[in-house]
Amino acid sequence: MIPPTFDYLVPATLPEAIALLHEHGDEAKVLAGGHSLIPAMRLRFAEPSHLIDISHIPGLDYIREEGGFLKIGTMAREVVLEDLPWISERYPLLVDTTKMIADPQVRNLATVGGNLAHGDPANDHPATMLAYRAEIEIIGASGARTVPIDEFFTDFFTTALEHGEILSEIRIPIPPVLSGGCYLKVERKVGDYAAAAVAVQLSLAADGSIEQAGIGLTNVAALPTRAVNAEKALRGQQPSDALFAHVGELAADASSPADDLRGSAEYKLTLIRELTQRALRRSVERAQGRS
Amino acid sequence: MIMCKTSKEIGGMGHSLKRKEDARFIRGLGKYTDDVQLPGMLYMDIARSPFAYAKIKSIDKSVAMEIPGVLAVITGEDLKQYNLHWMPTLMSDTQMVLPTDTVMYQAQEVAAVIATDRYIAADAVQALENSIEYDSMKPIIDPHKALDADAPLLRPDKDGKTDNHIWHWQTGDEEATEKAFSEAEVVVKEQVYIPRIHVASIETCGCVASYEKAEGKLTVWMTTQAPHAIRTVIALVAGHVGLSEERIRIISPDIGGGFGGKVPVYPGYVIAIAASFLIGKPVKWIEDRSENLQADSFARDYHMTVELASTKEGKMTGLRIKTLADHGYTDAAANPSKFPSGLFSIVTGSYDIPTAFTEMDAVYTNKPPGGVAYRCSFRVTEAVHAIERITDVLAQKLGRDPADLRFQNFIQKDQFPYRSALGWEYDSGDYAPALRMAMDMVGYEELRKEQAEKRARGELMGIGISSFTEIVGAGPSKDFDILGIKMFDSAEVRIHPTGKAIARFGTKSQGQGHETTYAQILAEELGIPAMHIQIEEGDTDTAPYGLGTYASRSTPTAGAAAAKAAHKIRDKARKIAAYLLEVSEEDLEWEPGKFFVKGAPERSKTIQDIAFAAYTNHPQGMEAGLEATHYYDPPNLTFPFGSYICVMDIDPKTAEMKIRRFVAIDDCGNIINPMIVTGQIHGGLAMGIAPAMYEELIYDDDGNILNGTFMDYLLPTSVETPNWETGHTITPSPHHPLGAKGVAESPTVGAPPAVANAVVDALSHLGVTHVDIPVTPFKVWQILKEKGVIS
Repeated sequence: MIPPTFDYLVPATLPEAIALLHEHGDEAKVLAGGHSLIPAMRLRFAEPSHLIDISHIPGLDYIREEGGFLKIGTMAREVVLEDLPWISERYPLLVDTTKMIADPQVRNLATVGGNLAHGDPANDHPATMLAYRAEIEIIGASGARTVPIDEFFTDFFTTALEHGEILSEIRIPIPPVLSGGCYLKVERKVGDYAAAAVAVQLSLAADGSIEQAGIGLTNVAALPTRAVNAEKALRGQQPSDALFAHVGELAADASSPADDLRGSAEYKLTLIRELTQRALRRSVERAQGRS
Repeated sequence: MIMCKTSKEIGGMGHSLKRKEDARFIRGLGKYTDDVQLPGMLYMDIARSPFAYAKIKSIDKSVAMEIPGVLAVITGEDLKQYNLHWMPTLMSDTQMVLPTDTVMYQAQEVAAVIATDRYIAADAVQALENSIEYDSMKPIIDPHKALDADAPLLRPDKDGKTDNHIWHWQTGDEEATEKAFSEAEVVVKEQVYIPRIHVASIETCGCVASYEKAEGKLTVWMTTQAPHAIRTVIALVAGHVGLSEERIRIISPDIGGGFGGKVPVYPGYVIAIAASFLIGKPVKWIEDRSENLQADSFARDYHMTVELASTKEGKMTGLRIKTLADHGYTDAAANPSKFPSGLFSIVTGSYDIPTAFTEMDAVYTNKPPGGVAYRCSFRVTEAVHAIERITDVLAQKLGRDPADLRFQNFIQKDQFPYRSALGWEYDSGDYAPALRMAMDMVGYEELRKEQAEKRARGELMGIGISSFTEIVGAGPSKDFDILGIKMFDSAEVRIHPTGKAIARFGTKSQGQGHETTYAQILAEELGIPAMHIQIEEGDTDTAPYGLGTYASRSTPTAGAAAAKAAHKIRDKARKIAAYLLEVSEEDLEWEPGKFFVKGAPERSKTIQDIAFAAYTNHPQGMEAGLEATHYYDPPNLTFPFGSYICVMDIDPKTAEMKIRRFVAIDDCGNIINPMIVTGQIHGGLAMGIAPAMYEELIYDDDGNILNGTFMDYLLPTSVETPNWETGHTITPSPHHPLGAKGVAESPTVGAPPAVANAVVDALSHLGVTHVDIPVTPFKVWQILKEKGVIS
């Protein structure tokens, strides 16, 4: 658990960081919170020649509402999200998720940007960002581009980030009134990856029916998974236990988990069915202001 | 109610003194082995086997040796020149230091690198691991297949060995037990597996070996629970290369958790010592987390067939247990020599069972060696799990409340000292009040009502009881030794002229708080304030000889030695006081801190007056000074006990489990420091729920460990641990000078069956009689699925 030798570089600006990435090629890696990368290096699974530490670049850790979005700078630490009362009030799904990530020591350093850029389907924010229909801003040598979250995760541990690019901002559309969300995760112990987890974000119409719904699933496929048919089945419907049970089935249908130490695929499908129903109930309660 | 004989200022027994050692620990100022830095120190790292069973075809040292800063690559062939490639285990088996031809488990040491820098050493190990060629072979992973006719012979190095059987051990009356079972009205039987787990101390193992060629002296800073025994072992094993015992100094500095895992000698220690001896420079070797978890001694791994016989009315009449023990490729257990399965024969537990028979067979497999006493006083965890589980199985079969059945079968207070069917003489006990107290605290009757209501609604909750009896304080010299060295322990106490003191011990604290509790024992016996008594352990050049700290033995042995040494000092102090007060010794009475003249209490001399006089004005003809040493040979072991109740809620849809309540009533006899005892119990309970719900070392069929990091080897954190509700009864040990017993292991031993019993209780209406630990949500889900609760 001793990493091989590497060079450590501390750029002062994002353009400088991007220039360093180009200079050092494929063997250079961006270091943000480091809580995925450093363990991989200690196990010598990752052996980057250069670490480009973006944590000293000023102005990357903002969390603010602007232009119809909640904008999260790439260096915003998980712990900050946990502690902002207005985030708890308006983005309960986001806070639920953050609180389920690893443990407090990890969250003191880990970043939302890193959680997404790592491309790990077992990480928690990807499902949540799918449910929120977030956008990812990416900066490269030729400027910024925006990628919808549905196009961000491209393969196992692979994202739309090209070499020489840095994830710079996460944008969550500000939910309309009568919105609620919830993240439910079954883990073997605190700090574990999910055996299965479900992120739900929904909005209600004035008549109480479900107007929009997003459902993201964690660690049940090679990619973070959107339960497309489950979302469709909710739209325009009045919330009910029967509906949620049906949607739970559809969410399970969207999953293709594997057997591992956390349990069998069948067990995980049971969890997805149940967690989806519970997350929907909770989200509706929150949207109705009852919880 | 704990009564204190001394004032708070003196701080003797019963006072919750803050721990003296915490002044450095809570500031991060402890001094651990890895903090040792010596001029010119070199670093060692170890290349390990990727296979569980393989022939080594070749080791090419050249690539590693070419890395700048690499000084040496050491292989088994190199050690063979000094006959250091094998070493004895504590159980008189043999263990490779480095292999010359065959590797026996995944992560076994294959070769070592010595370099000028820790990072260079790690790079060299990576290069070296890529330069070793193996022919892998099909390993034996399942111990049930170890004795199959077509199983490979794992230890052809052992003369005359024709199969993988290590030893057979049995105790009890086989015939009488057979008769009890054949005549029994009711018999229950379960297969109970206690999984292979790891102590997972937060500080891994390691050492700094420093051989000074000019003086011919070897000093080793080492993470060891038994420094004196290690010194003697090194002298015996390495005498032929010129290391003799007076020139070996073992220093065990602060230790970040031992739990039995730091009793054995690991190959890394021997290689580092050999490297320093040959190179003449200090060599540091510190394992990383994965090495510790994957290669160091495991604990438990008993496959037990447990049977209990009783009358229709529930009176237990016989106990029979047959065990298959998976020891890995060598028997490197850390038990007293005469007890290959430790003190497993305490397995009749808290119950008056007239006949019992237990037998065990140990086998070799391609897994790491061990069988350490992980906070379990030598295989008592396995024993307690067997009896406490099968007691619940019997209650279920008879349709009896498990608490009632226990009350019915408890050894009664007036039966002590009690001779168990398997031969132990229990020194003391009073089991019913502890269980009654636990039931009152948890609100047992109400919980049973709640459970019935919940069951009717399809909700799952369980109440699990464990009324365990421990056996600690090894041990009396007639039965207990390790490699022939008797299991006494020692204290050496010196009183300074100003009435302060220093005391040194043969034990070694790893978090137990000896610097505080030993001082309190001496304060109790001498009246010198505990804060003015300095306690030292762990340096073999200064401390008196002792067998170290494990198996909850420190208070029963070294704690008693402290009291006995203090009594010797008091005897001399009485003579000095008589001289100073010009009265005869018989005219003096002692109260903590002073002697006074009977009938004239104003005429007195304090222990401080007497200490000063011992150096300035001692009676003519008497030796100056005030000090004593005692080597305590306990007349018996001590038998702490307790009753625990766990209340468990299970989500019937996801099978997630939550411990709602956990009540722990412990009886460890007289208590030295209530706060430390409570702390010991809190820590031990956490370590008790760990194997019950989370921990297990898992191997695939090829012997690959599947959870060799803390990402998948699950240690509970504060989030998983419930709010412990503790209490105690006090039944003093009749033979210990302070009436004390050990305590550290009671909760580790007692908690797992309370958890397992709670889970089975929650599922018992479905016909479930047993679930092996760790009881995970996935396991419970499988049961709920099988029983049709989950579709």
